[in-house]
Amino acid sequence: MSAADTQLAAGDPPKHYLNNGLTIRSWLLSVDHKRIAILYLISLTIFFLLGGAAAALFRMDLVTPEADVLQSETYNKLFTMHGIVMIFFFLVPSIPAVMGNFLVPVMIGAKDVAFPRLNLLSWYVFMTGGLIALGAIIMGGVDTGWTFYTPYSSMYANSHVILAVAGAFIAGFSSIMTGLNFIVTIQKMRAPGLTWFRLPLFIWAMYATSLVVILGTPVVAITLVMIFVERFFGFGIFDPALGGDPVLFQHLFWFYSHPAVYIMILPSMGVVSEIISCFSRRRLYGYTFVAFSSLAIAVIGFFVWGHHMFVSSQSVYAGLVFSFLTFFVAIPTAIKMLNWVMTMYKGSVSFETPMLYAYGFLGLFVIGGLTGLFLSTMATDIHLHDTYFVVAHFHYVMVGGGVMGFLGALHFWWPKIIGKLYPEGWAKFAAIVIFIGFNLTFMPQFQMGYHGMPRRYHTYAEEFQVFHVMSTAGATVLGAGYLIMAAYLFWSLFKGKKASANPWDARGLEWETASPPPTENFLETPKVTQDAYAYDMPSVTCPPGAKSEAERV
Amino acid sequence: MNSVYSLLPEQASTVAGQVDAIYLFLVAISVFFTLLLAGLVLVFGIKYRRREGAPAPERPHEDSSLELIGGGILLVLVLVLFGWGAKVFFHSTRPPADAMEILVTGKQWMWKLQHPQGKREINTLHIPAGRPIQLTMTSEDVIHSFFIPAFRVKQDVLPGRYTRLWFEATKPGKYRLFCTEYCGTEHSMMGGWVNVLTPADYERWLVDSGGAAVASETPVQAGERLFTQLGCQTCHNPGSGQLGPHLAGVYGHTVKLADGTEVVADDEYLRESILNSQAKIVAGFQPVMPVFKGIVNEDQLLQLIAYIKSLSGGASN
Repeated sequence: MSAADTQLAAGDPPKHYLNNGLTIRSWLLSVDHKRIAILYLISLTIFFLLGGAAAALFRMDLVTPEADVLQSETYNKLFTMHGIVMIFFFLVPSIPAVMGNFLVPVMIGAKDVAFPRLNLLSWYVFMTGGLIALGAIIMGGVDTGWTFYTPYSSMYANSHVILAVAGAFIAGFSSIMTGLNFIVTIQKMRAPGLTWFRLPLFIWAMYATSLVVILGTPVVAITLVMIFVERFFGFGIFDPALGGDPVLFQHLFWFYSHPAVYIMILPSMGVVSEIISCFSRRRLYGYTFVAFSSLAIAVIGFFVWGHHMFVSSQSVYAGLVFSFLTFFVAIPTAIKMLNWVMTMYKGSVSFETPMLYAYGFLGLFVIGGLTGLFLSTMATDIHLHDTYFVVAHFHYVMVGGGVMGFLGALHFWWPKIIGKLYPEGWAKFAAIVIFIGFNLTFMPQFQMGYHGMPRRYHTYAEEFQVFHVMSTAGATVLGAGYLIMAAYLFWSLFKGKKASANPWDARGLEWETASPPPTENFLETPKVTQDAYAYDMPSVTCPPGAKSEAERV
Repeated sequence: MNSVYSLLPEQASTVAGQVDAIYLFLVAISVFFTLLLAGLVLVFGIKYRRREGAPAPERPHEDSSLELIGGGILLVLVLVLFGWGAKVFFHSTRPPADAMEILVTGKQWMWKLQHPQGKREINTLHIPAGRPIQLTMTSEDVIHSFFIPAFRVKQDVLPGRYTRLWFEATKPGKYRLFCTEYCGTEHSMMGGWVNVLTPADYERWLVDSGGAAVASETPVQAGERLFTQLGCQTCHNPGSGQLGPHLAGVYGHTVKLADGTEVVADDEYLRESILNSQAKIVAGFQPVMPVFKGIVNEDQLLQLIAYIKSLSGGASN
């Protein structure tokens, strides 16, 4: 009998991870990966709101070319806060720490991650970093930009650089802990019969992401320590006045921060693979290719950092190599698009909310990717570097790719995580509002970027105003979309219809246990005989009177 | 000026058209692939939408031919872009030998510029059309970036070293100048205008002493004056003690160092030798030169280097 049946038969309200202990203590000291995922979800939601609020403030100020509501110093602190919070405290941890934490053990049929205590520690470390960074903001803010370029950050900025750097540094360790946990868990704890090529593609994506995290994060940690040492003790590392090299910082910083883009995007690609497969009722077209391309992107992604530095005074020959490798990394990414589209070909496609987000991901990420070509081509990058074109490009990648993937995942696995259904009509409406709002915000920025509007400008030349007004209008629509979503998800926590074990008739182990799952995930360890995309076979949990896992085997 | 609604901004330099050609090609590719993808997902979404009672779709074959074909097409495409982009990039980053050199110092939050004839400007640059101009740039504090959108050129300006930017303006007019590397509180105010004049107007502007931009002495003259004031000629002139190498003909040539290595005497090397004379000692000389770090500022360094250059006949104008 399946988990759900056992509990119903007992007559009591079903025992699951959410009601297994209701005290605050039972949450804050829980080593259950699912509860830790919820802790992360709550923390990340707060950080997302903060980062969004900062963006709302400076977008409002940008409606007119002059300074209106904000002083330049405040404006600079707001865009810095937006960047630091959204990247280090939302995008990097988003899918791995929330969805990965929840799903990795369940998808591979394990009871928990390999190191549950380390997992809980990672949340505390993350919160420590987050609170220190918030402290920097509350004490007056940081104005270096999220990139902390030297020697501005190390010697010139009169703001709380050390605190912000310390926050990002500490949060990095939580990523490393999570990455390490996933690698060991995926490597060692797969259920019997769950071979590598039967794994869901989300797991492959998590594995590739974790590799990038544990290889890249230490480098940015060391770099941030160097800023600290220079600023605090006056050691000459980056400031030429002390004998340092300012461009060295950019090399070290981008050596992590370019791969960090893949930390933000690979998990989303994993999510989209799951969603498109489910709502086309078909195994992903070119499973093996997609699995290995995640790894290829993770590896090549480490060798392209210099494309951020074509105008930095880097050697033109170095620029040549970085430009070439950047084009090269675009190819596996582009072919993944082909795989997703071809999955729908001869499929059986339906359009529930998660699929709308997958469509949103495809539409926005293709623009993010193609505009990347403008920036990897050296001649055009010279003109476009540090303009709004770049701002638009990376928002299409990181919001269009990263956030769309996260929201898709949230809507796909919400019934599994919470055990409740959200109102489908509202959810579809919000997804469309978000898609329209996003495009209205960032599409005009490509045009103003090519016309020369530099980024990080508080005041600007009057001819760009029309695009800034469109952008701010779009941001308002986008913000409204997010708020609608927050409202119905919150509503569904209390009033949502109860979700069945498998509301989407999906395949994969996570749909074979109850919604929400019991604390130990599976009452008995599942035995796996086929891959996670057996859409040509009936589901074990969905149709009425389905047979249990044990009987199926 | 072209309206911001037109696809391309004003083209006012010799490279602008070349960069725009690549841009238009990229826009065409992007529109094509975006429409292709949108078309495919919409068509597949409608054509293969879920129908009641339809049999489950077949599993896709594990066959990589489509990926390989797609990958091959993309490879060709990106190689074209790479090669084309690199060609224009090399052209736009290598100044021609006969370019007129203008000295640029960036500081929070202004651009200071000096013409070879000595005239100085702040946040405004007057240049003649139809003549290659090379900017030799450095910063007094943090990293800045010199950007003229109408010329499609940009270069970071670093403290402690020299970077170069060149362009040839094609038509007289007034074009925006921006700082594009975030440099602190008033970053967005650090900019101004590039005034492109006809060669005749430029000559007239140079001698017109009205306004703030007054010519006193050329960078070479200022450098020569400093050379004397700081006592450099005591050691570096053939007539005197000969404690230091004679500087005529040094610029741009290879110098043998005391440790047996060789170095090209370029701007960076001269800068280092003035500021921190002990760093690289020329073979046959003693490390006796005083350190000038903190004594000469960035503007003076540029003038001293301009003077040393002029001794090699490679004068900056």
